[in-house]
Amino acid sequence: MTDVLIIGCGITGAATAMELSHYKLSVTVLERENDVALGATRANSAIVHAGYDPRPGTLMAKLNVRGNALTRELCEKLDVPYRRCGSLVLAFSEKEVETLRELLDRGTQNGVPDLEIISGDEARAMEPNLSDAVVAALRAPTAGICSPWELCLAMAETAVKNGAELHLDTAVTGLERAGDRWLVHTGRGDYEARYVINAAGVDSALVHDMAAPHGFDIRPSRGEYYILDKSEGKRVDTVIFQCPSERGKGVLVGPTVHGNLIVGPNAEPSDPHDVSTTAQGLDFVKETARLSVPSIDFSQSIRNFAGVRANSGRDDFVIGFAAPGFLDLAAICSPGLTSAAAIGEYAAGLLKNDGLALEEDPAFRLERHRIRFKELSPRDRAALVAREPAYGRVICRCETVTEGEILACFRSPIPPRSVDGVKRRVNAGMGRCQGGFCGPRVVEILSRQLGVAMDEIDQDRSGSRVLIGETKGVREDV
Amino acid sequence: MYDLIVVGGGPAGLAAALAAWDNGLRSILVVERDRELGGILNQCIHNGFGLTYFKEELTGPEYAHRFVELLRGTGIEIRTDTMVLDVTPDLMVHMTGPASGYRVEAARSVILAMGCRERARGAIGTPGSRPAGVLTAGAAQRYVNVEGYMPGKRVVILGSGDIGLIMARRMSLEGAKVLACVEVMPYSGGLTRNIVQCLEDFGIPLYLSHTVTDIRGRDRVEQVVVSRVDQNRRPIPGTEMVFDCDTLLLSVGLIPENELTKNAGIELDPRTKGAVVYENMETSLPGVFTCGNVTHVHDLVDFVTQESQRAGAAAAEYVRSGEPAGESVSLRNGDAVSYTVPQRVRPGSIDKSVNVFFRVNRICGRSEIVVTAGDRRLAAFKRDRLAPGEMEHITLPGKLLQGITGEITVSVKEALE
Amino acid sequence: MRELVCIVCPRGCHMRADDDLNVTGNFCPRGEAYARAELTHPTRVVTSTVRLAGGLYRRCPVKTSAPVPKELIPELMELLGTVEASAPVAVGDVIVRDVLHTGADLVCTRQVPRA
Repeated sequence: MTDVLIIGCGITGAATAMELSHYKLSVTVLERENDVALGATRANSAIVHAGYDPRPGTLMAKLNVRGNALTRELCEKLDVPYRRCGSLVLAFSEKEVETLRELLDRGTQNGVPDLEIISGDEARAMEPNLSDAVVAALRAPTAGICSPWELCLAMAETAVKNGAELHLDTAVTGLERAGDRWLVHTGRGDYEARYVINAAGVDSALVHDMAAPHGFDIRPSRGEYYILDKSEGKRVDTVIFQCPSERGKGVLVGPTVHGNLIVGPNAEPSDPHDVSTTAQGLDFVKETARLSVPSIDFSQSIRNFAGVRANSGRDDFVIGFAAPGFLDLAAICSPGLTSAAAIGEYAAGLLKNDGLALEEDPAFRLERHRIRFKELSPRDRAALVAREPAYGRVICRCETVTEGEILACFRSPIPPRSVDGVKRRVNAGMGRCQGGFCGPRVVEILSRQLGVAMDEIDQDRSGSRVLIGETKGVREDV
Repeated sequence: MYDLIVVGGGPAGLAAALAAWDNGLRSILVVERDRELGGILNQCIHNGFGLTYFKEELTGPEYAHRFVELLRGTGIEIRTDTMVLDVTPDLMVHMTGPASGYRVEAARSVILAMGCRERARGAIGTPGSRPAGVLTAGAAQRYVNVEGYMPGKRVVILGSGDIGLIMARRMSLEGAKVLACVEVMPYSGGLTRNIVQCLEDFGIPLYLSHTVTDIRGRDRVEQVVVSRVDQNRRPIPGTEMVFDCDTLLLSVGLIPENELTKNAGIELDPRTKGAVVYENMETSLPGVFTCGNVTHVHDLVDFVTQESQRAGAAAAEYVRSGEPAGESVSLRNGDAVSYTVPQRVRPGSIDKSVNVFFRVNRICGRSEIVVTAGDRRLAAFKRDRLAPGEMEHITLPGKLLQGITGEITVSVKEALE
Repeated sequence: MRELVCIVCPRGCHMRADDDLNVTGNFCPRGEAYARAELTHPTRVVTSTVRLAGGLYRRCPVKTSAPVPKELIPELMELLGTVEASAPVAVGDVIVRDVLHTGADLVCTRQVPRA
């Protein structure tokens, strides 16, 4: 029996688990996949939005602005890459300048600080690569960028370090009310919980329907992206948006905290789990982005990806009790990343109002640190390698990630189980060769650390084997 | 302070270090990031190496071994399991290794011989899902030949570069079924003999002017879709073929690995993606030389060796007597030529002759390679056939270049038949 | 008349051979020899790996010391699947002598020390 059981360990589930781990509570998090952050959290624009988009008065507006401030603080405390780089929304016509004024007005009502509309020339003075066709821009200095998966991981690790239990590869199959508690059926046995929190992302409507009458639909919307090499990483310094439309915030061009350039997304209705990219989608992204920044060199693309957002067709998140002891944190579409920390805080408040005693745990620690060899001075590198020689061996040459860093993540509260799990923790394989060089070496390290053969190592989610067996013996079953 | 630090212990680095030793340098350090010398040759277990240089056919590891043996008789210092992280403009070389520690070594000259990397899926923008089973041919080569594991058993290969062709044969021999080799260009990117002995020997179809337009599968590759492309390399709707497979190998080009070069402030050539070099393989930073696949992608290791020997000898000369004097002349792409190496020559410094490597940007039949300076025709060379997949070279006698100023143009004139 | 591409060297000569095995288009005599062999009893040097016990790597690269008949290659690969060498191995070490009675040996092509 656990006090609170959270379904899903994306950014929302992780933030909520971390928030609740402040208190003397038993918290269990169930995640269907073999790692945290495998849904929308790992495939989005990585923007910490300022908060001028949501309609004033919505929960989304409130949580976005609060989340913007909290995320910055958290990233600092948890050693998560973050930069307050600011953002610009571009207007290409008088009509769009009108939209900027509306956004400015909304932002002001939402409590977003320091918003201003600047001229096209002022915008180009800030961002010399902007199109000559830009006539004005809304500047939001509080917008930022972060590493979404590392933030999710850091929050989940903090929760685990402070006593929460995380069960990976555990998919919820049904919910049953049993007296004053919930019986949670999973592929790995049943759990009992006083409270169940639905943080199931694109499947949050399915999970809701297990516990309560149908309340909302998820209309998954897929967005496709380009990641460009660091040689394009300085093409812009702030996040460049176009005017939002009914289909979303549109195609952005922005720096990433890892030094690359991100371009995307489009927005197309999709299957909730289909993260394929399409030629048409990518072409659209490319052409649309060039309207903002014509000089982007797409030949420097190192990766495409797509993410599915849990849109509901409403202009707000679906947050609230849907049944006794069953709390939805659902339809967390954009700005979900920005809002997550505030959603966690808000969820704790809802539980408290419902009668859950929140007693501060004095042992709670909010701290995390990881060694990034690449960022150390030569003197610190020398001392580190002398002390721990594994930090002297570079495994990922594009991102300069050492064996020591990879080994360290196996000693962390949520050790990696796959090649991509290692990538999300230490950046190995994230660079321009995309793991072509370090992939086999990471597979070998995983094999050693997990104590299994190399052909049992997954690329990503459970079952995504990198290798299918040894040489000298596949002939018979081809 | 070393006379010479060589970055990379593959075929280029080893040949360069040996040549520098033979030319009198006695304080030489070779830094290799792997546990053993030889670089990528160690996983290239097929034969075909050394016909030009050793006049016999060797496998990759054997070719590397020849140089390792030669090294044994010298006083060249080797540091394996050590990676160079930075070369500063004043030739301080930062390196790190678990046994050797983090060290900063000063050098009088540096040879950059880091080799190249493979282009990956993101660079070519292949749409579709992102399952396991999509990997570069070189990564597959390492798994199969060194680690002893199979990345899959029903394979489609995108790109007809030599590594892809070699892996088609290698995986077939190990029992995999290679269903197709797909090339977006109307001609193969690899050597003709590899088409014969790696594809035709195993009955593997080669689809020219085709590309992969979709990858399907959630956890592992389940299908790839191949479409014919038009003259502008755009897929033609309605030409889709679906292959049930578990693996897509990419052999879609190699890119010189020039991060160190770039960070040192050395001028790069966007055509080769390597440093701009003079006839002696010296870069725009005096005392820094470059050779092998980090300079431009070679098709044959034998030419890497020859080029690297020039770099080694030139580094020795530089340490002895400083930079060669004299004005330089630029080499320019003429018709059908996509790049030249060197990009600049100093006629005053050319002893006997200069080797110019280049590639063509289209298939040319019976042709004449013409070298001109302004209106003056300096030299011409006949060829039966030139192809983009094959590196060409010509040798220009030094005396032809004396007195030339401005530019030299290398072009290919196809004979009208 | 048969057309074939020479695989003896990277030059890849396009050759023609008539029914009496008169070869044209070859740049060197090795091409002529190759064309004749290819049209009568084709052979290949086979490069592959065998299992390696106790080595720095789990496989040891090998080659046949001479070209072997093409039709024997599947059988040869079956055989390689059953062979295990022991580290250390050196370049040129004979792993299997007179493999499949072809007269060619299976030799090691890479020095691999003990793990």
